[in-house]
Amino acid sequence: MSSKQPPLYESHCRAGADFTDFGGWEMPVSFDSIRKEHRSVREDVGLFDVSHMGQLAVDGPEAETLLHRLTPSEVRGLEPGDALYSCFLQSDGVILDDVVVYDHPVESEYIVVPNAGHDEAMYDRLREHADRWGLDVTIANRTTELGMIAIQGPEAVDRVDAEGTQQLDALEPFTTTKTSIGDVECLVARTGYTGEDGVEIIFPGDEATTIDRRFDDVRRCGLGARDTLRLEAGLLLSGQDFHPDDEPHNPFEAGIGFVVDFDDEEFVGRSALEQTRNEGIDERIVRLRLEERAIARHGHRIVADGDDVGRVTSGTMSPTLGIPIALGYVDADSATPGTELAVSIRDRTADATVVDTPFLESYDE
Amino acid sequence: MTHEIPDDLHYTDSHEWIDDGGDALRIGITDFAQDELGDVVFVELPEEGESLNSGDACAVVESIKAVSDIYTPVTGTVTATNDGVLDQPELLNTDPYGEGWLFEIDGQVPDDALGATDYREQTEE
Repeated sequence: MSSKQPPLYESHCRAGADFTDFGGWEMPVSFDSIRKEHRSVREDVGLFDVSHMGQLAVDGPEAETLLHRLTPSEVRGLEPGDALYSCFLQSDGVILDDVVVYDHPVESEYIVVPNAGHDEAMYDRLREHADRWGLDVTIANRTTELGMIAIQGPEAVDRVDAEGTQQLDALEPFTTTKTSIGDVECLVARTGYTGEDGVEIIFPGDEATTIDRRFDDVRRCGLGARDTLRLEAGLLLSGQDFHPDDEPHNPFEAGIGFVVDFDDEEFVGRSALEQTRNEGIDERIVRLRLEERAIARHGHRIVADGDDVGRVTSGTMSPTLGIPIALGYVDADSATPGTELAVSIRDRTADATVVDTPFLESYDE
Repeated sequence: MTHEIPDDLHYTDSHEWIDDGGDALRIGITDFAQDELGDVVFVELPEEGESLNSGDACAVVESIKAVSDIYTPVTGTVTATNDGVLDQPELLNTDPYGEGWLFEIDGQVPDDALGATDYREQTEE
């Protein structure tokens, strides 16, 4: 099966992008230098094409009930315009995918944004459960008809407001509004995946060029910088930091237990998570700072006194901090901040320390 | 995009360069190779005095996006290593034929090494 191309593919080619396949999409990995793109977002502003993210519209009188039951989170508490980070779980509590649920600011529908390549499976999951539970909902997979960009960085909101939106400065984090940019109606959310302020903009795919041209002056950033940015911010990557088969974890193990609301009387995975809450977890994700120059990569073993205690799921050289950082799962008794571990990298080991704050926050201090 | 390919060096299919202008052969990666790799963040070098056979994986160059083994194109003994790139791996990006060299080895330029013209043809394919 050939890869899908995002609506801005031609624009990326002209900008000199190197491409990679990600979730079945041919996406820019970098335009110039990952390091420069990364720095633009931390210090100024950068633009990412994130049209490969899924977009599922869930509407109808029982849309709220469906999402409330299929996520462990308080979807019922959302007001129009609210956005919520959550996940879809298997009945054993294992995370299938993490998603953002947008309660549309104007329409009755919800927009569910799963990760690249997950839109069809998540659509099927919503549809099957709606039918099983006899819920009156309509579900539409709009992934290929919509475009989505992320404009991120300390100057991002001002830059977007310069296009005449003039209201985004007042938009609270994790809320969304309907506005227009260059006469194109779009949905703007104060969300992102970089650890910086910024917005994500959803628009009709056939209007992508109109939107794109408005931000010609903003540095184009690829998936390479998106990965280093999210890793510094301690944000998880679906399929890599958790995966139902290769890296099966519940939200507590994955460090996103905050999405679980036990006041919610029924959701898929609830009884398994309740058991976990009572019994504790055997392993959990930790942030590692490597104490020597070496890059920990997905799959590298984490050791303590020569014994395996876990494995790395993501790692890179932090462009902001100038030190190698990683995420990985370790046995619960090796997860305490300050614990000294080591990562087995090819034919040697590199010392590493468990840190308690996200890498980026330690830099701000 | 055009890459710098100095006329006075020898080249390999795997994008290393060989400089035979000194006592020992100096080895590095080409401008094309560093551009393909992107921002280099880590370099591992062979030991001085280590004996290598042509084709041995003897160094590692790691960028943000990829890990790449470097194969020695020359059989011989390592006479010097460029420790400067251990602390400043970005030298491979900024100056691949100068301060970004990797190691020196006592040996002969292999018969199948490419000249600048042939290497340019290969990278432009």
